[in-house]
Amino acid sequence: MKRQFESVIVLTLLAIFPGGSIAVAQVAVLGKKVYTMAGPPIENGAVLIREGKIAVVGKADSVTIPDGYRVLRAEVVTPGLIDAHSTVGFSGIYNHPHDQDQLEHSGPLQPELRAIDAYNAREQLVAWVRSFGITTLHTGHAPGELISGQTTIVKTWGDTIDAAVVVDTAAVAATLSPLAQKSDKGKSPGTRGKMMAMLRAEFVKAQEYMKKRDTAEADKKPDRNLGLEVLTRVLNRELPLMVTANRAQDITSTLRLAKEFNIKLILDGAAESYLLLDEIKAAGTPVIIHPSMQRAYGEMENLSFETASKLRQAGIPVALQSGYESYVPKTRVVLFEAALAAANGLTFEQALASITIDAAKILGVDGRVGSLEPDKDGDLSLYDGDPFEYTSHCTGVIINGQVVSETPQ
Amino acid sequence: MRSSLRFILLLVGIGLPTAAAQDKPIAFTGATIIPIAGSPIENGALVVHQGKITAVGVSSAVSIPAHAQRIDMTGKVIMPGLICTHSHIGGIGGADSSAPIQPDIRIYDSLNVRDSGFKRALAGGLTTLNIMPGSGHLLSGQTVYVKLRQAETIEDIFIRDADGNPLGGMKMANGTNSMSEKPFPETRSKSAALVREQYIKAQEYRDKIARATGDASKMPARDLAMEGLVEVLERKRIVHHHTHRHDDIITVLRLAKEFNFRVVLHHVSEGWKVADEIAKADVPCSVIVVDSPGGKLEASEMTFRTGAVLEKAGVLVAFHTDDWITDSRVFFRSAALAVRAGMTREGALKALTLAGAKMLDLDARIGSLEVGKDADLIILNGDPLSVYSKVLETWVEGKKRFDRGDPKDHLYAVGGYGAGRDQSPYFCCFDHPEGQ
Repeated sequence: MKRQFESVIVLTLLAIFPGGSIAVAQVAVLGKKVYTMAGPPIENGAVLIREGKIAVVGKADSVTIPDGYRVLRAEVVTPGLIDAHSTVGFSGIYNHPHDQDQLEHSGPLQPELRAIDAYNAREQLVAWVRSFGITTLHTGHAPGELISGQTTIVKTWGDTIDAAVVVDTAAVAATLSPLAQKSDKGKSPGTRGKMMAMLRAEFVKAQEYMKKRDTAEADKKPDRNLGLEVLTRVLNRELPLMVTANRAQDITSTLRLAKEFNIKLILDGAAESYLLLDEIKAAGTPVIIHPSMQRAYGEMENLSFETASKLRQAGIPVALQSGYESYVPKTRVVLFEAALAAANGLTFEQALASITIDAAKILGVDGRVGSLEPDKDGDLSLYDGDPFEYTSHCTGVIINGQVVSETPQ
Repeated sequence: MRSSLRFILLLVGIGLPTAAAQDKPIAFTGATIIPIAGSPIENGALVVHQGKITAVGVSSAVSIPAHAQRIDMTGKVIMPGLICTHSHIGGIGGADSSAPIQPDIRIYDSLNVRDSGFKRALAGGLTTLNIMPGSGHLLSGQTVYVKLRQAETIEDIFIRDADGNPLGGMKMANGTNSMSEKPFPETRSKSAALVREQYIKAQEYRDKIARATGDASKMPARDLAMEGLVEVLERKRIVHHHTHRHDDIITVLRLAKEFNFRVVLHHVSEGWKVADEIAKADVPCSVIVVDSPGGKLEASEMTFRTGAVLEKAGVLVAFHTDDWITDSRVFFRSAALAVRAGMTREGALKALTLAGAKMLDLDARIGSLEVGKDADLIILNGDPLSVYSKVLETWVEGKKRFDRGDPKDHLYAVGGYGAGRDQSPYFCCFDHPEGQ
C-alpha cells in the first residue's frame, strides 16, 4: 500500500516534471571559485537554486542558505556548458545505419527535416557529454547536404525530446563545402558554382512562395510546402541559417548569400576564417569553430588551433563545437575543445565564454542559459580543479535545478 | 666535371657542420628532468654527445665537459622523446583489397617522407614511431620503426638492426575490422582459421628450408609472404595486433600461444574486461585514448579507465596516437585522460616513452634518459600532463628537429595556412561497411 502510494507520488511528480525527474530539490552550490560569466569570478561564491531556477548568486558569506537546501561543494563552479553545434542524439554511438539519423542523402535540399522528429534523448553519447558538464546541446542535422535539415536546442537531461527541448527549431543547417558535392556524373550539386546556384534558386522560390502565401486571395494561395515554409522563416530572420563552410572561398560565398537574401547567418566550421577577419566582422556574423582534431587535409588542410583566438581578437563572436564525427571517436567533448583554445591564445575566461555565455548568445538562448544569474535555468557544472586540465574531474552536474550526476568524470 | 665539383663542394658543405655539431657536447642545465628510468630530478643536467646521452643527473653531480655548449633550461622540463607505437602518418598505402592476409607488404615502400604529418608529430614531441599499414585486413603487412631525423628519403629515418636491415613489426587485426565480403572472412571463426592456415603454411615453409640444409635443389621457391611470416614465427618480428572486443583479445592470446609469436595488443577497447588474462599471458598493451567511445560497435565500451585497470593488473601499458585518429600534437592528452581515470602519473608518462620502446624491442636504445641511450628528448615549459604546457623543442639523436620559437615550426605546431598539404590521407575504414 505504502509502495503504491509512493509510486503515485512519483508518477504525479513525473507528470509535473517530465524528463525522468523525481523532484526538483532546492540546491545550494558553494564554490571556491564561481565563474558566473556575468561579471568577474567570485572567490568563495554561492549559488542558490529554487524551483529549477537560479535564485541567488553571491559571496558565500553574504548568502544565507535556507533550511532544507541540499548543499554541494566544489573547487570550481561554472554555468552548465553549451555545445554550440553537435550531432549527438542523431549520430549514435554504434555508427550503424539504425542509429545514424544525422543526414538524409535522398536529396540535396531538405529544410523540412525537423530535428525533433529524430533526437534520441536516451542515446549513450548524450550521457557521455553530460558527464563532463555539458548541459545544453545545439544538435541536429549534420553538414553534408546543401540544406540537410533543421537543428534543435536541448538539455542533456530528460528521457524524451519533449522533456529535453529548449528550442524545437533552432536553425536550418546548410553546407557550402565539398562535403555537399556529388561525385556521380549527372548528379547535382557537383561544383561550388552549382551549390550556390541551387541555394539561391531555393531561396528565390521561398520568396515567391512567401509572397503568394501572404498576399494571394484565399483560393489562390499556394499549396503548403513544408520545405519552403521553413525557408520563409529564414527569410523573415526568425531562424538563422547555419552554414558549414571551411575554405575561404566558401566562406565568402556564404557571406554573399546571406547578404543577397538578408539572412541571419551563423558561420560553422570556418577553418580558414582567420583569412577573412574583416569581412566576417563587417557582416556581423558569429562563428562556431570546427573541432580542433579534424584532420588537416582537403578543405581542412589549413585549420589552426589559433582560429578561436584570432576571431575573438578581431571582435567576432565565437563559440566552440563538438561537431560531427564519422568514425572513432563518435563525438568530441566541447570541454576539451575549449581547453585547447585556452592553450592556444584565448584566456581562460574567453575560452569558458565560448562554451557558455557566448554560445548562448549566438544561439539566442542567453535568456535561459549560459551564465549564473537570477531567473536563469539552474544549470551548473562542478569541477575539482581547473575544468580545462585533462586531469581534473567534473564532480557534479545540475540541470534545471536537479542534481543529475555526482559521479566524478 | 663541373657538376661533380659542385657535388663535392655540396658534400663538404653538408658534412662539416654536421661533424662539428657532433663533436661538441651539448649540456642542458637547470631543468627538471623526468628520466622515466628513476624519479624526476630537480635542477638537473643532461649532456649529449654524438647523438647519445653521456651524462644525466643532479647538476651538482654531473661534470660538464669544458668545451660543451651549455644551454640554460631553468624552469623547463626535459623528458625523453615520445614514442608512438601505432601511427599511420606519411600518406601510407599498405595492403590492398585483394586478400585478407598480405605479409609481403612493406609499409615503407609507400611512405612519403615529406608528408606534413611528420612535422606535426615532431611538434607533438614524438621522436620514434611505429608506422603501420592500416586495418581492414587480418594481416596488412610489415610495419616500420622510424626516428624523426632530418630526411631526404625514407631510408634516412629507418631504425636498423646490426646488419643494417630496417626494423619493424607485423600488423594484424581481428574482430569486425577485418571482416568483409569474399575473399575476406565473414565471421570470427573464419578469421582465426585463415590466420592459422597461413601460419601453418609458414611453419612448413620454414621446416622445408631447414631440411634442405643449404641444398639449393631441395629449397622451396622463394615466397615473400612466407618469409614475412617466418620472421614472426622466429620472434624476430613482433605482431602489432589491432583488437577491441574482449573475446577478440582472448583469440589473439590463443593464436600467439599456438604459434609462439611475440605480440602487442593494440587499441584494446575492452581490455579492462580481461585485464587479468592479459596479465597472465604477459602480453603488453598499446592503448588508444579518444574523446568518446563509439564510432563502431566494438569500440562502444571504450573507457578512459583502460590504462588504469591494465596498470593495476600488472600489464605493461603504452599509448598510441593512431594518427589520424588522434592528432600527434595532442598525444599528451591520451596520458592525461588516463590519469584522470586513475592511472598513475609515472605509469602514464612511461606509457608515452619507455613502455612503447619495450613494445618495439628498442628499450636498449630509446625510451628513457639514461647514459648510452640515444639523445632523443623534448623540452617543455611545464607539467607534461597540463593542457597549457607546450613542447618547446624536440631533439632527435642530439639534433634539434623542432623549435616552437621558429615561425616555420610554429606553423606546424598550431596549424594555419600552408600547414597541411593536398594529399589523400590514409583512411582505415571509411570505405568499409563497418565504418559507414
